[in-house]
Amino acid sequence: MKDLEDRQERIDNLKGLGCSRKRVEDARFTQGKGNYVDDVNLPGMLHGDFVRSPYAHARVKSINIDAAMALDGVVAVLTAKDLEPLSLHWMPTLAGDKQMVLADGKVLFQGQEVAFVVAKDRYVAADAVELVEVEYEELPVLVDPFEALQSDIVLREDIKDEKEGAHGARRHHNHIFLWEEGDKDATEQVLDEAEVVAEEMVYYHRTHPCPLEPCGSVASMDKINGKLTLWGTFQAPHVVRTVASLLSGIEEHNIRVISPDIGGGFGNKVGVYPGYVCSIVASIVTGQPVKWIEDRMENLMATAFARDYWMKGKISATKDGKITGLHCHVTADHGAFDACADPTKFPAGFFHICTGSYDIPVAYVGVDGVYTNKAPGGVAYRCSFRVTEAAYFIERMIEVLAIELNMDAAELRRINFIKADQFPYQSALGWEYDSGDYHTAWDKALAAVKYDDLRAEQAQRVEDFKAGKTRKLLGIGLTHFTEIVGAGPVKNCDILGMGMFDSCEIRIHPTGSAIARLGTISQGQGHATTFAQILASEIGLSADSITIEEGDTDTAPYGLGTYGSRSTPVAGAATAMAGRKIRAKAQMIAAYLLEVHDNDLEWDVDRFVVKGAPERFKTMKDIAYAAYNQAIPGVEPGLEAVSYYDPPNMTYPFGAYICVMEIDADTGEHEIRQFYALDDCGTRINPMVIEGQVHGGLTEALAIAMGQEIAYDDMGNCKTGTLMDFFIPTAVETPHYTTDHTETPSPHHPIGAKGVGESPNVGGVPAFSNAVHDAFRAFGLRQSHMPHDHWRIWKIANDLGLHG
Amino acid sequence: MIPSEFEYHRPGSIAAALAVLEEHGDDARVMAGGHSLIPMMKLRMADVPHLIDLQSIDELKGISVEGGKVTIGAMTTQHELITNDALAAAAPIMREAALLIADPQVRYMGTIGGNVANGDPGNDMPGLMQCLDATFSLHGPDGTREVQARDFYEAAYMTDREDDEILTRISFAAPKGGQAYEKQKRKIGDYATAAAAVIIEKASGKVASASIAMTNLSDTPVFSEAAGSALVGSDCGSDAMSNAVSAMLGDIDPTEDNRGPVEFKKHVAGVILRRAIERAWSRA
Repeated sequence: MKDLEDRQERIDNLKGLGCSRKRVEDARFTQGKGNYVDDVNLPGMLHGDFVRSPYAHARVKSINIDAAMALDGVVAVLTAKDLEPLSLHWMPTLAGDKQMVLADGKVLFQGQEVAFVVAKDRYVAADAVELVEVEYEELPVLVDPFEALQSDIVLREDIKDEKEGAHGARRHHNHIFLWEEGDKDATEQVLDEAEVVAEEMVYYHRTHPCPLEPCGSVASMDKINGKLTLWGTFQAPHVVRTVASLLSGIEEHNIRVISPDIGGGFGNKVGVYPGYVCSIVASIVTGQPVKWIEDRMENLMATAFARDYWMKGKISATKDGKITGLHCHVTADHGAFDACADPTKFPAGFFHICTGSYDIPVAYVGVDGVYTNKAPGGVAYRCSFRVTEAAYFIERMIEVLAIELNMDAAELRRINFIKADQFPYQSALGWEYDSGDYHTAWDKALAAVKYDDLRAEQAQRVEDFKAGKTRKLLGIGLTHFTEIVGAGPVKNCDILGMGMFDSCEIRIHPTGSAIARLGTISQGQGHATTFAQILASEIGLSADSITIEEGDTDTAPYGLGTYGSRSTPVAGAATAMAGRKIRAKAQMIAAYLLEVHDNDLEWDVDRFVVKGAPERFKTMKDIAYAAYNQAIPGVEPGLEAVSYYDPPNMTYPFGAYICVMEIDADTGEHEIRQFYALDDCGTRINPMVIEGQVHGGLTEALAIAMGQEIAYDDMGNCKTGTLMDFFIPTAVETPHYTTDHTETPSPHHPIGAKGVGESPNVGGVPAFSNAVHDAFRAFGLRQSHMPHDHWRIWKIANDLGLHG
Repeated sequence: MIPSEFEYHRPGSIAAALAVLEEHGDDARVMAGGHSLIPMMKLRMADVPHLIDLQSIDELKGISVEGGKVTIGAMTTQHELITNDALAAAAPIMREAALLIADPQVRYMGTIGGNVANGDPGNDMPGLMQCLDATFSLHGPDGTREVQARDFYEAAYMTDREDDEILTRISFAAPKGGQAYEKQKRKIGDYATAAAAVIIEKASGKVASASIAMTNLSDTPVFSEAAGSALVGSDCGSDAMSNAVSAMLGDIDPTEDNRGPVEFKKHVAGVILRRAIERAWSRA
């Protein structure tokens, strides 16, 4: 008994897997001691600011910089003409397109970068921006992707005659690609012969990740030693270094990219922006450090948006509700340039996860990418690539099918879930789901909210409403989502040719503490806390004795960065694997110290023990010291390891969310009475961090579903460019969340972990939206597009004749 | 979000502030809490070469309730309105409304004077002041004059205040009867989609008098005498409320914005007004 207690105490001391260890970052952040890009201040540093287009589509007739240059303190004003000799007036995008760095003859969206002013202080730069005279000739504007595909108006004159794009044939001058997956003919045949078919257009509106910290960079070109140092808001610093090298011609070893603390990314900081390029060029030209920091309006108007998918769906089933096929055609509005951040071979990301949690025998997806006069982007806003769109699509289609079948939507889901014994499951659209137990999660969720009671209450409410006793409706929003994260296997996942592995390098210090460096970069996820926990359990040193470092390309091993919930599935796996290499060497050292054969030892929490003689052991601390102070025959001194992990498959976290919402039919206001979120992310590393991730992701989902959007008028003016109109919930608008979990480990991940940061956004949006729809189901509503702000909900009620 | 260069003035008295205002004329503007003016300057939509910060002028601060009369200095913050018990006793609608303005951080800085003087149709206090039939005191080079809140607003950001005048004080008779302030907004910190201030006096079970104003439904606050009259003499039942709503709908002129189209705003205006009347009546 004493031994068992002792052992448990040793486990507890590690603060390893499963421990709700407090976030080590927060002492710094909560005291204002974070170090963000805008905190970087260098001697002689200059400040850049953009002249931006007020028009969504216009020809740039002339740019006169004389007045700006005459202003005291202005050092340079860069235009496309200045960048052209360096071939930097355009830059490649992650999606195989190219994008203007500075307006080259025309502008294609409001807020587009036209000229870059460099001045001795930030205020002078802003004054000079006002003095740059740009003459525009307005051109007709296209903001509707369907109209764009029919229109004679040519947006991209630079490629108007190119019939082939990066992703195949282009059938119109505003068409980017058609990407298809699945069996079109077989799907159409199933639909033709089906007993029941539900058809609906589901629009997932344009929104924006809007991180607390906007984007920015500081470039410092040292002309003496030829080294460029670049601090920036980069979710993938190593890829930025490679891109910067390829674009600038500076050898990669002479470029050091540093992502310092990042105040939220959510996909917004994956791409490369003109501001980064201009700060580098300006530093090279002036020989002085140049800082560029955008403001909130610039962030919302010009950096990468998310979603904007028009998803036309058809789902077929038997009369008793067994789904037989799914057909989806997406019209994807990519804006002025195709700057989507997706693995190269997937121009619609992993949208073909859109069969969701359901066993659908045949399916087809086709996605048409389209140019319009809107800002470029199309990033994965707190989700894996286009997975939120996919989850929203299928979870809406299930609801619509339930209406068509006159079935309960919870039951319809249950009879179509992939069964636990079908995993690994091969989906009709080509994915191999690693593990899952959807029925268990679903039953647990329904029981937790007393689903049958809720439906009874709802039925009573409808009667009361019809009888004039209440003006409030009750909606029950159901979602069972399946995420696909952890991009990804190098054989089919790359960004600009770089395989999407990730890495960890560990050094154990003589006194038994350690530093581990990873190719990822935390933006608030708490990597310094959780990766130390993975390692603690692997190598038997306390998480408190392990420093985690990321974001400096001179010191960290190469990795593809943090987005798409890939850090734990990929870098977390690399960490475990590197830890196992440490342990393997430690075993050899322990064997020498204990004078036994390696095979006579077994690992026990934090030590190697001689089998059958538990009093003979060496702790990891003993071993670490020995690694540095003893000559051990056949073993190199030191204790270090590095692992580059190429995941064999993606991971497939899932969850069951239920939202209970009260809706005021007269004002369109809503109140969330209950939100239950069950997440299964496989092995749980730090339950407290998971809960925090779920709360944050659900709140972003709430924002998106209930009000947040990037909206344009017919002239292409962005109508939601400030936080007055772009909805960010405060604590007041945020409901209480009840979190829960099941635990189905990933069979192919070293510790069984799947990733969780983005699940709540993927599952949350359909849960909130379905609650709104469900409230009006009894009155005949089938589909109403997000965001469900007051007037749009009011309009649902009004269109259904509920205002008398 | 970087303003043009400007000179910052921080006078210690009304007289000193008026002197700076006189010296710089159109180039100068006074600032109260700054929550409207500073963003406008940062957006370079307002060019203010001389900014006169009124925060150090003690004679512009404070709340007094004496003999049924409430007097509030223009530089009194929304936070102070909320925490002043004498004011809450004399005019509970003031606390009710102030609690619906922005958020605590803004209310520590935002003032009642700035709120009423700026002429922003989205601000809550102008409509409430019209409902209360408040009087504004304006200090100018020629002395002091008084103007009724109901006569003060001309159009969006256009008021009866001359450029060389400072709004110094707000006063009103402590209202009698039931009061209610009802506001629909998209989130904390937002301007109203529609807001209503209602005061109803009750005598012998009937409405003896009613004062009704609404916010952000026109380019000025909307005091609707007809809406109030529609209630007088009634038992504040459904028909009387419908008449009051109809009267108000005749007086408002909302425009479409991100909060929604005109049709929606009119509908919500009616709903919010009805709720405010019901609550005020229940308290009468």
